[in-house]
Formats: sequence, C-alpha cells, structure tokens
Amino acid sequence: MNPRRILDAIWDFVVGDDPRLALAALVAIGLTAVVCALGLSAWWLAPLIALGALRWTLRGARPSATSASKTSS
Amino acid sequence: MSGAELSLALSVFLACAVEAVEAFTIVLAVGTTRDWPAALAGTGVATLVLAVLVAALGPALTVLPIGVLRVVVGGLLLTFGLQWLRKAILRAAGAKDKHDEEAIFATERAEAAAIPAAAGFDGYAFAISFKAVLLEGLEVAFIVLTFGANQHNVGLAAAAAALAVLAVLGAGLVLRAPLARVPENGMKFTVGVLLTSFGIFWGAEGAGADWPGGEASLAPLVAVVLVAALAMVAEVRGRASVAEVAT
Repeated sequence: MNPRRILDAIWDFVVGDDPRLALAALVAIGLTAVVCALGLSAWWLAPLIALGALRWTLRGARPSATSASKTSS
Repeated sequence: MSGAELSLALSVFLACAVEAVEAFTIVLAVGTTRDWPAALAGTGVATLVLAVLVAALGPALTVLPIGVLRVVVGGLLLTFGLQWLRKAILRAAGAKDKHDEEAIFATERAEAAAIPAAAGFDGYAFAISFKAVLLEGLEVAFIVLTFGANQHNVGLAAAAAALAVLAVLGAGLVLRAPLARVPENGMKFTVGVLLTSFGIFWGAEGAGADWPGGEASLAPLVAVVLVAALAMVAEVRGRASVAEVAT
C-alpha cells in the first residue's frame, strides 16, 4: 500500500475536512501550556479558543433554500 | 460507578451507537440486495480487526505518562469533537443535509444491485460490508481508546461500545429495516458536545491547567459547550438562506 495514501487517510481521519479546527485545538492546548508555565491560571483559555474557533468556521454558513422554505411555511 | 465512569460509558455508548447505525444500514443494504453470508463475513472480519487494534493499542496507551496522555488524547478528542460538533450545528441549522438512513439505504441498494451478481463467494458484498464496518468502527475504536486510556478504563469503554453495537443489532434484527427512527442527528449533536468538552478538559489538564473543583468542572463545561453550540445553531439558522442571498 502506498505510504502517501496511508498518511492521507490518517490526516483525513484525524483532521477531517476543516484543518482550522485541528489548528484551533493545537493553539488552545499550546497556549494553555504557555500560560500555565508562567504560573497563571489558564483553565478558561481552551474553552474560549475552541468555541471561538468553532464560531469562526461557521461564519459563512447559511440555511439551504429547501430548509428555509420548510421553516417559513 | 463514579460520575466520571458514567460519563465515559455514556459518551462511548452514544458515539458507538451512531456509528453502528450507519454501518448497519450499509450491511443491511448489501445483504438484502446481494448475499448475506458474504456481507456477514465482511462484517465479522472488520470487527475482528478492530478488536485486535483496541486490544493491542489499549495497554500501550496506558503506559504513557498521564500528562502526555492527556495532552495528546485531549488534543485529538478536541479536534474530533469540534469536527462532529461543526457538522451537527450545520445540520441542525439547515445548512447541511441531515443524515437520512432510508435515503442512504436506497442509494446503497441501487449501487449494489447495479453490480453483476457473482458466481460463488460475493466479493463485492464482502468488500463493501468490510469497508463500512471498518471505517465506522475506526471512529469507535478511536473513541474507546482515547476515553478509556484517559480514565485508565479501556475495558469499561470497550464494554459500552459492545453494548451499543448489540443494541443496534438487536433493533435491526427485529425491524429488518434501516433504523430511520433512531434520532441520529440529535445523537451526533450530543456526541459532538461531549467529545469537545472532554477534549477541552483533558487537553487543558494535560497542559497544566487546574480546573476549579477538578472533575466537578466537567458538568458545567459540558453545559457551556452545549449552550454555545445551540446559540451557534440559532445564529446560522437566523441568517438569510442561500437562495435569498442569490436573489
């Protein structure tokens, strides 16, 4: 089996179709580690970054035409 | 059973049930259209591969230092959870088609019927069933290993997964039809919330954060993630539709 295909399959499995969310997870945990290393309280940081990133990735999303017509009737 | 163990079992059960329903639909379509022995053989081999994977990786993961385990597993769970939650929010807001087991069943049946019948062992039926169970099962194995390793209780996680599979199989055997009435989209939303919450909790803890009240923070965290996700559904739903923007 082609090693490149295996790596692609693992990437698709873990990262999925939106790499921004994987990056957000990395940043959330990484920044938490940095702030903790500075001796500060950091439990609030990961939820803020994760949920903020999630909202950011939904910025352009809109209901489809069929969904909107069902809800309005 | 402690609160943490109950959360573990519930999360794994729900996630596994969702994946089992999806795999069941495909195996049912292939089995009814083509050849049951081949479809069941594919299912059995895939299940064996998954069991070996969990049995091999489970003990290997638990020997890692707990801090390293929490960061890596927390990060992976958070990534996974955010993906699930994003798709669930889009479905709930009408921005993505909801998962429809009956439609998938019909499509899979049509595709299976289009392939000429095989003389002897039906390799197509075997391959499709094997692939479906393996792919859906990999997500289950991932969740069993991550949840189980973090709580040092892979056995409980595996048991919850097995119970979910048996429940879905039992329902499927009784109905002999796609499990269209299972509230799959609602379950995916719930699983997305739980995976995201646990990912945040364990990832941050592994990175050195001290949660107020320790594990007692988990329930409020789940509530925050749930409320935030529901707010995002409302926000997306409230936007002008794709057609309204185009006109």
